Amino acid sequence: MTRRDSYIGNPVERIEDLRFLRGRGQYIDDLQRDGMLYASVVRSAVAHGRISAIDTAAALAMRGVRAVITAADLGNTIPTIAVRSESQPSLDRVVQPVIARDKVRYVGEPVALVIADSAAIAEDAANVVDVDIEALPAVTGRAGLAAGAALLFEACASNRVAGLSAVRGDIEQAFKDAGYVRRETFQVHRHAAIPLETRGLVAEWDAVNNRLTLSGAAKVPFFVRAALAKMLELPEHAVDAVETDIGGGFGARGEFFPEDFLIPFAARRLNRPVKWVEDRREHLMATTHAREVECELEIACRRDGTILGLRGSAWANIGAYARPNAVTPSRNLAQMLPGPYRIPAVQLDVTLYVSNKTPVGTYRAPGRFEADFCRERLIDIAAAELGLDRVEMRRRNLVTAAEIPYALPQVLPYGGSGEFDSGEYSITLERCLVEIDWKTKSALQGKLIDGRYHGLGIGCYVEGGSAGPRENARLLLDAQGMVTVYVGASAVGQGLETVFAQIAADALEIPIEHIAAVHHGSTTGIHEGFGSFGSRASVMGGSAILVAAENLKQAIRDAAVARFSCVPQEVAIVDGLRAVTAGRRRLTLGELSVGGFAAAGTFHNVKRTYSYGTHAAHVSVDPRTGQVEILDYVAVEDVGRILNPNTLHGQTVGAIVQGLGGTLLEGMVYDEEGQLLTGSLAAYLIPCAVDFPRIRAIALEQYPSPLNPLGVKGAGEGGIIPVGGVVANAVASALSSLAVATNALPLSQARVWQLIENARAAKRA
Amino acid sequence: MKLPAFNYAAPQTLNEAIELLAAHADALPIAGGQSLIPILAFRLAAPSLLVDLRRIPGLDAITISAQGVCLGAKVRWCDIENDKRLAAAHPLLADAVTYIAHYPIRSRGTVGGSLAHADTAAELPGIALTCDAEITAVGRAGSRSIAAKDFFVGPMMNALAHDELVTELRLPPWPPQRRWAFEEFARQQGAFALAGIALYYDLADGVAGNTHIGVIGASAELQRINEAEAVLNGRKADAAAILETAKAAAHAIDAAGDIDAPAAYRRALVETLTERALKRAAAR
Repeated sequence: MTRRDSYIGNPVERIEDLRFLRGRGQYIDDLQRDGMLYASVVRSAVAHGRISAIDTAAALAMRGVRAVITAADLGNTIPTIAVRSESQPSLDRVVQPVIARDKVRYVGEPVALVIADSAAIAEDAANVVDVDIEALPAVTGRAGLAAGAALLFEACASNRVAGLSAVRGDIEQAFKDAGYVRRETFQVHRHAAIPLETRGLVAEWDAVNNRLTLSGAAKVPFFVRAALAKMLELPEHAVDAVETDIGGGFGARGEFFPEDFLIPFAARRLNRPVKWVEDRREHLMATTHAREVECELEIACRRDGTILGLRGSAWANIGAYARPNAVTPSRNLAQMLPGPYRIPAVQLDVTLYVSNKTPVGTYRAPGRFEADFCRERLIDIAAAELGLDRVEMRRRNLVTAAEIPYALPQVLPYGGSGEFDSGEYSITLERCLVEIDWKTKSALQGKLIDGRYHGLGIGCYVEGGSAGPRENARLLLDAQGMVTVYVGASAVGQGLETVFAQIAADALEIPIEHIAAVHHGSTTGIHEGFGSFGSRASVMGGSAILVAAENLKQAIRDAAVARFSCVPQEVAIVDGLRAVTAGRRRLTLGELSVGGFAAAGTFHNVKRTYSYGTHAAHVSVDPRTGQVEILDYVAVEDVGRILNPNTLHGQTVGAIVQGLGGTLLEGMVYDEEGQLLTGSLAAYLIPCAVDFPRIRAIALEQYPSPLNPLGVKGAGEGGIIPVGGVVANAVASALSSLAVATNALPLSQARVWQLIENARAAKRA
Repeated sequence: MKLPAFNYAAPQTLNEAIELLAAHADALPIAGGQSLIPILAFRLAAPSLLVDLRRIPGLDAITISAQGVCLGAKVRWCDIENDKRLAAAHPLLADAVTYIAHYPIRSRGTVGGSLAHADTAAELPGIALTCDAEITAVGRAGSRSIAAKDFFVGPMMNALAHDELVTELRLPPWPPQRRWAFEEFARQQGAFALAGIALYYDLADGVAGNTHIGVIGASAELQRINEAEAVLNGRKADAAAILETAKAAAHAIDAAGDIDAPAAYRRALVETLTERALKRAAAR
């Protein structure tokens, strides 16, 4: 018996897990090809300098080494990697070349590629490629904006390479009208996504047909194909970008990196398959970093806590080059600064500057995590100084259902603003207060119990999802009634095969077991796809499947009408797509069409969905060690409609843990010469299973999105957005007797200890 | 992070292993490999030959006798964790081992490997030093016993000759009434200690004596803090004595600073951990 929605909304177990748990996943390093060679990238050990010579003789002399490729092998023009979204003309001068020729600008920048018979030989040889670099002064932070600082790009007058602004309302008037104004400085530190599986590629050149296949593509395979085809001077249809199983992307993996050119280039040049798998040390210096930004913000309120305006400046350190997503975090930071609150006037000016560090890009909730940290801290600070309850202050300012659609600030120079689609934002706030028992626990705030200060923190957020402009799906129905699904959205570990199978099975009214396979992302399965970013895959891909399913049923009906010579109203599709009837006449699917049926569907949407939620945390702080312990953490979100509570819960809890890692443990640390000091996972700590055991996540489906037929909203990033602000607020609450300002992340043990020491010293003085 | 090329041998006897080490100037022995393999992957060492001790019989016993606890060099952390006798025979050792890294590492890492690696943040070298342990080493010249204080000669440096292998660690007998505690603080569970304190003292007529306080992780050298031990010896371990001893420890330590923990922070940790360890010891 099938009923509508028999799979959507139910905790269907992940179809992917069967192969993962049996060790049958096909991650990039599992791919083997006859005659395959292995690549190792020679990377700059110097943060800023001029390449004076590269001596490859010793490497080439090693047994098993097939080639050493340097910029000299690429001809006169070194291809550069374009900014994929929100580019500005000024960024064209600071995009990354696929290999360094004259200058190096960060530790880890590719300067040569060794190809050998094994990965170990390639690495041995890479170690003896002698790169002579004349070092230049390194720029690592905002000091690089000062006059006289070393310039990364001599063609640019400054290390400031772009800017943008969020604007809404009359900011001057708002600050004039305010009874209370408060300025504060915030810092979010550089950290990164750190997926479990590092990047990796296998490139195969078909010399007979002049075709290139690149396996290991992720997130945006169609964009990678287009960029690669252009660089290799091949037509797009001569390049395929193929997704393997992916051990996590989080916005970082899958964008076009230098290796996405270098490995295919080597495969074509040597006419052999070439594999490259990034090792963890490389990953930490080569894959995009994120989040590093300083903000000087000012809030304007009435004395009753009504927020009138938010304004300020931000400085984003984008690293050595503008990579494909260099701007997105800054754009989101600006636009999401007011978050879910009714803040009539907003002005934030963001400066993007280059430095001799690894280039940055998107990382789960790019800019949103940063914006939430600053704003939620500022609200707590304002509430405390105004003598208001911080929950009440949030309640008073949250956007209400009656105000929706509610326009977001415009971001200049891009224009266009977007608007909230649906929701009653106080719902998650109120539920969260109940779930964490805020009333009872409030009594603990600032109390010293058994040597630990206790504190509570709370924060609200909205999560933009369903990035457009469209997505495509294709369904193949064979004569036995088995359905194969092709979607242009990409799987990076979210469980998309399961969710898409649920959607297809419901739309076609067939058992989920009749979904033979779900193919995603690769350029081989569908004519056009847009991938996975901006919490779009389920919304856009899922909606495209709905369209395709209707088209498939129509194709079957059309065939039946022709065969039965009847009117459309007489035709019924029965038996789970395996037969058609018209009155008493009946044909099996095989009888109707030996070859089965196929149908495509496209879903168009340029508007964003907005999930929303509230998180609260109860922490303890050991003032002797600076240790922050999460005693309870509650997340409540309204995602519009839940496709699969299992995968959603996994997304949310995983995102919270990732956020706690970024807030408490992680950090990319550089010295003044631009050397990365956190080059292993012994130095760069990521959360382990035992670190944050107490997390509760509750998902609601109160306000479906009006923007798509499923009513769903993007939900993969929300869990991480408020974590920094919530924990910082909780720590500040715990240490309220010491008046400690937790306005810089990470809240590492040493930093919290130092804050306490400083506060005590200030009290004594 | 692929290992550099090396030759490999897995001898059947201790003597064969010693002969192989003696014959190859840059050969290295490998047991659990939990430190050595990452060292090789990071290309911080490139031995021509790895001498794997896995086939050598014996060396894996935990012996408890009137002479104390003897740990064979191939005893793994999980063997210590699973040996219920040690809760009484050497509770300080049994407790300290639970702080070592993560479960998979504890199922491979060995006593001999940890001692030879001589990491100043490692638990077992700290226990060995604190407890006046003796380490037996065997080489071509025969067997010798080395006091822990002479064995650890610097960060990642031991007193072994190139052809010598650790065969056992001997911890002196543990009086049943001994007061003890182990406290460690790390950035996360299983991470390297930013600071750790192993301590014990014996009570006679309510007065502490024979105080041993060892510090791991906090400074460039493994060390006992004689200045702090002297503060406690001959006194009742009351609140005042505990605070004074902890302050003396912090004062005496030559704290190291790095990106995770400035020296002042490590010094404060030594004080806090010493105080907490002494309180726990007093409460036992």
